[in-house]
Formats: sequence, structure tokens, C-alpha cells
Amino acid sequence: MSKDQVRGWGFVTPALLWTIAFFIVPFVVMGAMSLASLEGRTLVWDLSLANYAKLLEKKYLWRAILVSLEITLTVTVISVVLAYPLAWIIAFRVSPRWQRLALLLAILPFWTSYVVRSYAWLLVLAREGVVNETLMWIGAIAEPITLANTRFATVTGFVHFFVMLLTLTIYANLIQLSPNYRRAAMDLGANAFQTFRHVILPLTLPGIVTGAFLTFVLCIGDYVTPQILGGNTELTVPQVIMVQLGRRADFPLASALAIVLMSIVALAYLLSARWLRLDRL
Amino acid sequence: MQIGRKILGASALALMAGTAWAEGELNALVWCDHTDPELIAPFEAKHNVKVNLREYEGTGAALALLEQSRPGDWDVLVVDGIDVFRAVEAGVLAPLPEGAVSTADYFPEVVMAENNTVDGVTYAVTEKFGYNTISYNSAKVDPADMESLSTVWSEKYDGRISIYDYYLPVMGLAAIAEGIATDAIGAGDLAKIDGVLSTMRSRAASVAGVVAAQTALATGEVDIVVGGGEWLTAVLASEQPELTWTIPKEGAVRWAQSIGVVEGASNPDLAVEFIKYITSPEGQARLATSSCFWGMPANAKAGDVLTDVQKDILRWDQQPDYLALTQLYPAPDADLDIEMQDLWLETLQQ
Repeated sequence: MSKDQVRGWGFVTPALLWTIAFFIVPFVVMGAMSLASLEGRTLVWDLSLANYAKLLEKKYLWRAILVSLEITLTVTVISVVLAYPLAWIIAFRVSPRWQRLALLLAILPFWTSYVVRSYAWLLVLAREGVVNETLMWIGAIAEPITLANTRFATVTGFVHFFVMLLTLTIYANLIQLSPNYRRAAMDLGANAFQTFRHVILPLTLPGIVTGAFLTFVLCIGDYVTPQILGGNTELTVPQVIMVQLGRRADFPLASALAIVLMSIVALAYLLSARWLRLDRL
Repeated sequence: MQIGRKILGASALALMAGTAWAEGELNALVWCDHTDPELIAPFEAKHNVKVNLREYEGTGAALALLEQSRPGDWDVLVVDGIDVFRAVEAGVLAPLPEGAVSTADYFPEVVMAENNTVDGVTYAVTEKFGYNTISYNSAKVDPADMESLSTVWSEKYDGRISIYDYYLPVMGLAAIAEGIATDAIGAGDLAKIDGVLSTMRSRAASVAGVVAAQTALATGEVDIVVGGGEWLTAVLASEQPELTWTIPKEGAVRWAQSIGVVEGASNPDLAVEFIKYITSPEGQARLATSSCFWGMPANAKAGDVLTDVQKDILRWDQQPDYLALTQLYPAPDADLDIEMQDLWLETLQQ
């Protein structure tokens, strides 16, 4: 082995060991655990797919997968739709002098604790919260409506957080675009919409997809937001995993659910891999 | 199982790496009411020890944690009264030394010798009890409606109800509403219970844990908490006296928590001293009025230590009626327990 190779391995080894210890090994353990089963309180290593069969048999389990997907896709789409114009404004409409302040404002939500932020939303959306009070004051509603403890509340809490994340990833992509692309398109007779549709959007797609993928991954695996804002009116996969661990100590079924969750993320990765540019982050 | 234990044990060790368990320390696995410094500090001062407390929710979680721990990691376990036998079966509770703790001054109904004793050996002692019943805002709902389970989750209160997120007491209440005794619940009764749960769920705005249920009631998000009780509203009594609770005419569910010494404890003598302190009138009064949640002390002598105001909030004088009207938590066997949990989760997902 050459000196360069030794040095190369020296650089790579810590990261490799870290990945093996904290990803590969736990993943293999979790995979093996998902093939075991629980008889009473005894763990039986019967290497069966019974836990995966339960996902189809038990309505609350497959419904949790469905609920998680619905919420995650809704959050991802809304966040992209809101974040793109915001990133565009910061990148092209705000003077360089104010861009730093705008970016600072964009990341402000990250400064507060995730749990505190979720509870704050609960109070804002409460029957006697500021949203209901305002709607009643302007005469839009006669009586308070239920906003907290609903899917709407969960999606709102998520979107508040992920719009900012997406804004940053899309902004990072937009700012790298040379203004010459727009000028060239205009020179060739494209109007503003055509320039955006055929030039800017395709070039910023990697930023959108990267942000959307991160949003998808973080959202589908989140426990705190649906637990606090959703009011347990429907359960997502992480919530069901917590029930299996906390109440039943059913590690095999929890592991099977976690594997399914990882498979969904892997599928999302494969679907978006063509445009995914994690190095742009 | 061995491999699983080793893997889980390693994980637990990693989690506890930052904790220095030492001589002169007592390690207790408890419910949140034991974490009140007002309760623990006097014991620490008297014995010149440090009490390390770890909260948990649900017996399953406690048993899993104990299985993953090394012998000697834990000294004291607080456990649901109906689950003492499960802890004994799992081999995590040690027999209490004979005569170490007297229950002579206890309310007779909560001595629960049949729960705390297995094969003639006493493993735990009751320390606190209360009710999973109906908490409500008396300024927002008709108190008369709260006196019958049939009117609590009626259409009149659609969207104004929160359900306490613990399947055993709520399913117990559903069973009581159907005239089924909580200790007689069998697999054949689940269809009837399911019907009640579905109605309850359709009226509910949320299904909430302790803090979320308290917040929902205090902020006016809901006006009724099914499965609530003195443990939910007592800590709010001084600021919001309109938040109250009642036991409907059909009855309600009684909870009770027990305390015992963990098998293989590092400090078994200190653990017994801790249990003696917790079950003493002073310890009982402090535990009853813990900042996390209030509840009735098992030892009636605590009444000599509690103030009149505290006793009023706990409804000390009404206890004989309440005790007569309430039933213990359902105590399903392992198979029925899984069926009940599945039914609960199906209800949540409706």
C-alpha cells in the first residue's frame, strides 16, 4: 500500500468506523430484531416475517403508514410552494445589503426549542388563541373553530419549520445562477414566464429536490410535532413505534415499523436521486 | 433472548454512561410525583444520601428498562398496584422484610394485600391512590350532566372532550358504563367496550397525556377530560377553582401505586428506609401534594399532617363514598392486554 493510500485510509477510517458503529451495526440489529417475535414478555428469535404481516393485518398499523405519508407529502408540497418565492425574493429582489438580515430572519425559527415552538403553536391555534380571536373579531366566524389537536395543526407546525429549511436550500441554489442565463433567454425572445419555466426552474431543480427530500425525511420520522399538535387524533408511524416501545416493550414490531420507515425514505431517495445534490447544501 | 438482552443491556449502559452510580446513593425508578424536591430533600438530608430518580410511564417501559439494566443499578421501583404481580413474575421485585412497613393506619380498601403479595410473600406496599373519572370545567358544562356516564360523552359536548391517553382506565370507564365490572373484563366484552370507545372518540377533540390534558382543560380547549380526576385538577385548584371532578353514579376507576425494593438492589437497607419514609405520615402528605400530581395518601395518618385546605382539595371526607363507588383498574392477562391495546390504537386511528 502506497504512502498516499495509507494517508487516505487514515482520513477515511474514523468516518468509516463511526458509520459502522452507529449506522451499520444498529441497522443490522434492528433488521434482525424485526424478524424476532414476542411471546408474553419473552423475545423469541424465530426469524419470521410475522411482524411485517401484522402491518397488513392490523388496520391501525397500515393506517399509520398512510397518515404519515399523507402528512409528509402535504407538508413537502406546501413548503416548496411557499419557500420558492421567498427564496427568489431574498436572492433577486432584496438588495445585497439586506440579504443577510433576510437570511437571519429566515433561520430565526431554528433558534427556539422544537418542543417550545410546538407548544407555542398549540396556544396560537387554541379555541381561545390568537387565530380564533382574530377570525371572530373580523367576523369571519361566529364561534371558535377547532384548529389545535388536528392534522391542520400538525401540518402548520411542520410547514413553519420546513419553509425556512427549504428557503435556505433553494436560495443557495438560486444565488449560484449566473444572471447571464436570464439575459441570454431574454435575448432569445423568452418572456419572464418562459425564462423561469425553461431556464431557471430546471437549473434550480436540484436545490428544490434536495430541500424537499430533507423535508420528507425529517417530517416522516418526526415524533414531537404530531404528538403535541395532532392531539393523538390520528397516529403516525413514529408515534406507533413509541407505543410499541413504551407500553409493550415490543422491540420486534417497533423494529419492523422502523425498517418500513427507512424503506419509504430509501424509495423517496431513489425517486429523487436524479436531481438530488446533497453536496449543494 | 440472551443476545437481545446483551444488545439492549449495552444500549442501556451507553445511555447511563454519564450517570455515576455510587455508594450512598439510592436509585429509584418512579412516577413523576416522586421527583418533587419537597418530597425527596428531607430524606436526603436525614440519611445524607443522594436519591437519583428516573421517571417512566407504563409498566411495560419500566420492566424493559429493568431488564436492560445491570443488577444493582436500581434500588426502588414505584409500580402500578395492579402490576405488582407482573413485576414479581419478571423477577424485578425483592420481598419486603417482614414487618418493615406497617399498613395498620392505611385506608383498608387500599392495603391491597392481594395485589402486593404473591404466594404469601409481600413484595410491595401501596403508597398513593386516586381516581380516573371525569374532570370538567364547572363554568362551561352542566355539573348535573357529569353525574352520569351516559351524559358525559353525549352529543351536547361534541368536540369539547379530551380523553386521557391511557387505555386501561378509559377502557375501565367504558366497561363500567356498560355495566361490566373492571375485574371481569374478558375478550368477549371488547365488542361492547369498543362501541363505547367509538362514541367517546367521535365526541373527543383530543386524546391527551397528563400535561396535554391539563393544558387543554386549563386553556379552555376542552371542557371535559374523560379519565381525569383529582390528579389532573388539584394542582390547578387555587388558580382555577372552576376546574373540578366528580365520580358519576355508575362509578369510576381507582388507580393505586405501590412501591417496592428492586431485586439485587445495591442498597437494599436504604431502599427499605426510603419506603418507610414514603409511607410515613410526613412522606405521605408530601407525596399526596406533589407538584407533579396530587392524589390520596394510602396512610390515613397523613391526614394529621395535611392542612384543611389540602384535605378539602383531596376531598378527604368523601373518600368512604368514593372508595365504595370505584373499582380497580382492569388487570388483563398478557393476551387480553394485547387485544385491549390493539383496540385502543384502533380507536385512536378512527
